[in-house]
Amino acid sequence: MGGMVATSEQKVGNASVLSPTGRVDVETTPPLQERLLPLLGTSGAVVVIDFSGVTYISSSGLRALMLGAKEAKAKGGKLAVCALNETVAEIFRISRFNQVVPVYPDLRGALTALDPAGVGV
Amino acid sequence: MLIRFWGTRGSLPAPLGGAALQGKLRAALRKASGRSFTDDAEIDRFIASELTFAERSTFGGNTSCVEADIGSDEHLILDLGSGVREFGNRFMSGAYPGKKKVFNILMSHPHWDHIMGFPFFVPAYVPGHTIRIYGGHSTLDNAFRRQHAEPSFPVDYSQLGASIEFVTLDPAKTYDIAGAKVRLMRQHHTGDSYGYRIEHGGRSLIYSTDSEHKFEETGDTYPFVDFFRNADLVIFDAMYSLADAVSIREDWGHSSNIIAVELCHHAAAKRLCLFHHDPNSDDRSIAEVLQDTRRFEELARDGRAPLDVLSAYDGLEIEL
Ligand SMILES: [Zn+2]
Ligand SMILES: [Zn+2]
Repeated sequence: MGGMVATSEQKVGNASVLSPTGRVDVETTPPLQERLLPLLGTSGAVVVIDFSGVTYISSSGLRALMLGAKEAKAKGGKLAVCALNETVAEIFRISRFNQVVPVYPDLRGALTALDPAGVGV
Repeated sequence: MLIRFWGTRGSLPAPLGGAALQGKLRAALRKASGRSFTDDAEIDRFIASELTFAERSTFGGNTSCVEADIGSDEHLILDLGSGVREFGNRFMSGAYPGKKKVFNILMSHPHWDHIMGFPFFVPAYVPGHTIRIYGGHSTLDNAFRRQHAEPSFPVDYSQLGASIEFVTLDPAKTYDIAGAKVRLMRQHHTGDSYGYRIEHGGRSLIYSTDSEHKFEETGDTYPFVDFFRNADLVIFDAMYSLADAVSIREDWGHSSNIIAVELCHHAAAKRLCLFHHDPNSDDRSIAEVLQDTRRFEELARDGRAPLDVLSAYDGLEIEL
């Protein structure tokens, strides 16, 4: 019951911003994960996943975030998510993933926290 | 099929402490302040209607033991955690006049919390009783003998009066046990565990505890989806939050409410019962997990038929 996730990627300062859209579930997570993990593979990498286009996240999507968080920790990088819609925010709360990955209300807030120099504050 | 939960706690018995009891009394008195009651019946009605489950009752503290009464003339029990003591006492009080003194036990695995009730299962001491202990592990009897041996217990296994047999089951086969159709499936857990599918009279029960799901592949093709398919009731190990289950408690052999709902949705199961509660969780937090799980079920439903979600407690009975 998954749709395609079209994930766009952009660079803001030192941070990479991934913007998946649609449902992040068992079918659509693998391509997202394949982009996410290499980005975090370089030491000190900063990655923000902008969830503003995501309607739902299943356990597979959450697991990819867990793998990303582990990779970030191992390589001294940072991973955060932002702009969760109400449904996704509830799933983060129920699964306790809000304690695994830092959650920010919007992209600017995430970038400011993770890469202050890059957003020129 | 009538399901009775005799023990629903994971890992270790967790008795309700005095402080927890006082918290319940406080909540009840607060809600009752200003009220007057003419008799006990009115108090009981107030308790039932005004207090939450966590305020008026408790999920209980006995470890895993579930009875599946299919109405046949032999007993069918899942696991021998501390809850089996109360089942044994009920049997000894004459509550099962129509049944033979034959106890069929399906074992998930021999971890301590799943066998610890056996030394206190009174029917095991009575000559003429038959106890058949089934499981996927070929060495189950060692675990039972060992917990009866000195210096851990005063009565040696050889002193038990009942006739006790161990039967190793093969996950590739289907069995007739106590009149029910029984299949089992190996689960990811330290030393392995086995989940059971029990069918009788057009109804199906899944008992799947102490089972970690490495959820890379929990989509439609995951073998557990087939095993759970269209089950009327799925009793599921939801001991941890998803975050804990995949991080600090990865490889601890347990699962979460999130995976429970996703698997039941994929399998089109009708009812999910959260089981093997963390002994560190109090009644309020177990009730919150239940509420959260019901909410997640709504969010995850995606056009499917609703899945009924409940949380097991010692004493719960479910008619299938
Ligand atoms: Zn257990
Ligand atoms: Zn276990």
